[in-house]
Amino acid sequence: MARLIAILVGLGFTLVVLISFGVDTYTSITEPAPETAEHKFHLEPKAVSFPHDGVFGKWDTAQLQRGYVVYKEVCAACHSMKFVAFRDLADLGYTEPEVQALAAEWQVPGVDPQTGEAVLRAGEPTDYFPSPYPNAVAAAAANNNAIPPDLSLMAKARHGGAEYIYSLLTGYQEPSEELLAEFPEAAPGQGLYHNPYFPNLNLAMAPPLTATGQVSYEDGTEATIPQMAKDVSAFLSWTAEPTKVKRTQTGWPVLGFVLFATILAYLSKKQIWAAVKPAKRKD
Amino acid sequence: MSFAWAKQYEPSNGLMRWVDEKLPLPRLVYNAVGAGYPVPRNLNYMWNFGVLAGFALVLQIVTGVILAMHYAANAEVAFASVEHIMRDVNWGWMLRYAHANGASFFFVVIYLHIFRGLFYSSYKAPREMIWLLGVVIFLLVMATAFMGYVLPWGQMSFWGAKVITGLFGAIPLVGESIQVWLLGGFAPDNAALNRFFSLHFLLPFVTAGVIILHIWALHIPGSSNPTGVEVKSESDTVPFHPYYTAKDGFGLGIFLLIYFAVVFFLPNYLGHADNYIEANPLATPANIVPEWYFWPFYAILRAFTFDFILPAKLWGVLAMFASILLWFFLPWLDKSPVRSGHYRPLFRKFFWFGLIPCILVLGYCGGAHLSPWTIALSQLATAYYFLHFLVILPLISSFEKTEPMPYSITDAVLNADKKPVLGENTSPAV
Repeated sequence: MARLIAILVGLGFTLVVLISFGVDTYTSITEPAPETAEHKFHLEPKAVSFPHDGVFGKWDTAQLQRGYVVYKEVCAACHSMKFVAFRDLADLGYTEPEVQALAAEWQVPGVDPQTGEAVLRAGEPTDYFPSPYPNAVAAAAANNNAIPPDLSLMAKARHGGAEYIYSLLTGYQEPSEELLAEFPEAAPGQGLYHNPYFPNLNLAMAPPLTATGQVSYEDGTEATIPQMAKDVSAFLSWTAEPTKVKRTQTGWPVLGFVLFATILAYLSKKQIWAAVKPAKRKD
Repeated sequence: MSFAWAKQYEPSNGLMRWVDEKLPLPRLVYNAVGAGYPVPRNLNYMWNFGVLAGFALVLQIVTGVILAMHYAANAEVAFASVEHIMRDVNWGWMLRYAHANGASFFFVVIYLHIFRGLFYSSYKAPREMIWLLGVVIFLLVMATAFMGYVLPWGQMSFWGAKVITGLFGAIPLVGESIQVWLLGGFAPDNAALNRFFSLHFLLPFVTAGVIILHIWALHIPGSSNPTGVEVKSESDTVPFHPYYTAKDGFGLGIFLLIYFAVVFFLPNYLGHADNYIEANPLATPANIVPEWYFWPFYAILRAFTFDFILPAKLWGVLAMFASILLWFFLPWLDKSPVRSGHYRPLFRKFFWFGLIPCILVLGYCGGAHLSPWTIALSQLATAYYFLHFLVILPLISSFEKTEPMPYSITDAVLNADKKPVLGENTSPAV
């Protein structure tokens, strides 16, 4: 009886899902879904390598410091970085007085101790990076209704991570003839810019890196557009996961210990079972 | 369980004798996982995963309780509190990665444990109750994992919660009221996040309770084994300790090696980038997908696209729940007297060339972008899934010619078992 009911229920679900299959297959053959510009012209991120990549990676503090300059001079005009505090900059190889000096270059919201009024004051190491806009409405109003996303976690929040950021920053271009011929509606509209690395091909952010020497690096590195893009991508990898290098460096001793323990466990297992294990026989 | 030859606990010193008299806890442990539990001597490594699942639960509870000390279940600050754990809490990043990936590894071992049960038909009499409790544990763990994924309050948390609680909206007439009542609002928000956190903390302890019942039920008939032949004499068994504690110890080492490699080197591989974007009810992600361990069931949900009498969405929900609930009936659907898949040639073919590829295809389709291809594949795989469990499995025993089984476990291991007390060994020489 149980089996009969089960067979009927099973055949029922099978029948219904096969009807769905038949209808969907018929539809997709008679009315194939149109090809989309996003599907055909979107590019996967370029392959870029960073010193902190991989299981043996280490931060290149000189690169992170350069990336910080790019963030401060370029990105910070529109993008917040709310999960990162000035004190965190010590990771980039700055000393405590240097961190204090870097923090003091920023104006953060504060309270006047005499009057209690909202004022801007110089940043301190315990402060977090301030937002360039007082609120989301102001951010949208200043940017053609597209709120510039917070950059703290950008390298983890996008498929491709730092490579995606690098590709996006260096990927602005005129839409190809082929694209415009096939999908005229994919041409960037008012206030939009074409970039094949962006999922829907047109984004509201104007190309932020426009000329060599846009920022000046203290270490004498030439600030070309790819150089700046790479440095700021590395910097954003750090802001997304400041503990990344500590994590991989912790992993090795942990794995070493567990491997040692596993070998011991294997040997004791072998020893204990030796008495009851028969000679190998094939089954 | 007590076979006649099971050793009884004998306190080795005065203190333990005193404890054992007042509270026989040492005796319980001795009989549960000690030398007082005789276990078939031929268990292969597929029998490691029960202990590993128990280990994974403990790991999740330990990491989870510490994470809960730093997490704030409030929609305003939940996302920031997770970043606080990742950046400012000492070793917080390790705790969180261990917990998030611990959930994935919990499912890896649970799935292997379930597949072991399916291949060796461990659900058959006299072990039906162990299997039923196991399915309850699986459902509890799924609910816990789903609610846990909502807690970081990222985009996938929010939209996953919206889609899954939206399933209750498919119930005719009362569905939407139930959905609003469950969520405490029209969309997931603070009320939902708070109750999810509360339940996410509670359910692991409920799970632990059901696991105790699961193990209790296991000790009545004792463990099954790869031959499916029941234990006949003392030579068929070895005491759990030290034999299986040592074997499980080695299995645990292998598990930890893979687990830590992922935790330290690929902690976000099994996650989704969108969950590092704070929840935004106004921006729908391009592809809402649950965590990988729900993909097969998500594929079944999405396979129903045609309103056949009932709305397609309701069919999907019914099928998704049915796909797991039907496991409750397996002990009564599979009538073959032979347990182990080793001696069932037809069952074995359907298992390896039907069920396993079917689950893999469902898993792939559940995580992939929706396209005509993935929908068609998931529909065919869904059809096979229901045919396999509800039609093929009940029917094959009627016309399957099973292969000869060993006379006893000892016979299977040593290729000889000549104990006159058990009667004549009629097993053909291998």
